[in-house]
Amino acid sequence: MDNQKSPVPLYAAVFGGLALLTGVTVLLSYLHLSHRVAIPLAALIALTKCTLIASVFMHLKWEGKAIRALLFTGLFLVAVLVLAVLPDIGVARP
Amino acid sequence: MGEKLMSESAAPSFPPSTPIPSGKLGMWVFLSSEIMLFGAFISAFIVLRMGSPNFGVPSEEIMGRPLATVNTFLLILSSFTMVLALAAIQRDDRRSFARNMIATMGLGILFLIVKMFEYHHKISEGLTISSGLFGSFYFTLTGLHALHIIGGLVFNGYVLRNGLRGRYSARHHERVEYAGLYWHFVDLVWVILFPMFYLV
Repeated sequence: MDNQKSPVPLYAAVFGGLALLTGVTVLLSYLHLSHRVAIPLAALIALTKCTLIASVFMHLKWEGKAIRALLFTGLFLVAVLVLAVLPDIGVARP
Repeated sequence: MGEKLMSESAAPSFPPSTPIPSGKLGMWVFLSSEIMLFGAFISAFIVLRMGSPNFGVPSEEIMGRPLATVNTFLLILSSFTMVLALAAIQRDDRRSFARNMIATMGLGILFLIVKMFEYHHKISEGLTISSGLFGSFYFTLTGLHALHIIGGLVFNGYVLRNGLRGRYSARHHERVEYAGLYWHFVDLVWVILFPMFYLV
């Protein structure tokens, strides 16, 4: 990203997308959908927003493999934290 | 011009062994460890919320969704002004750089002020860090996030001060980019915390 000019129109589009998705997720929460629908929907919107921020605002879109590898190491380890205990949730649930 | 020459002569004349500037690499290593820090708390929240039969969720009135939505907009907007500041210094527009950095910091401070009102409301309604699982997670995670905002304000203040002293130009603005990486990460964490605590 060092020698590139920052794409301001793209930044503006991402900001618009983030604002829109925030509005959508808040509106959806007022519909009081069942948790089976509401949780995956909210998670999907949050992940989309995170991807937009990371890829454009944090320039991940233009970065090489080394930085992506660093990021995915952290994400993988967090995924292990959740996945390793998921079987226990099934047991504890009444 | 003089400082440009100086920093160029200080840099090695041969290409570094890695094409990634060490400052950027360092920031990403740090952010990766931050993912683990927040990730540990967030995964514990997911597991306990789904697995514990005693996980009481406070009413919408206590949580105050509209105020949290305002805060989300404030942070998203501050991320936008941060990239605008970077874009400004990349085209040597120091005025626009300073304006956007000040806007970013102002929005961050506004976020903290709103958060303070939120904390006050929740504590007076009986939701505290020791009132139950939800309260513990809420105050630990949003508190940790607020500390990161304060850290980001310090970093941004340093970058703004350097910028006002003319230390950055279209050629040298690495620290503006690193401060941006950190600030966007703090925004990103809020994007995850917001639906977790307020929406579902």
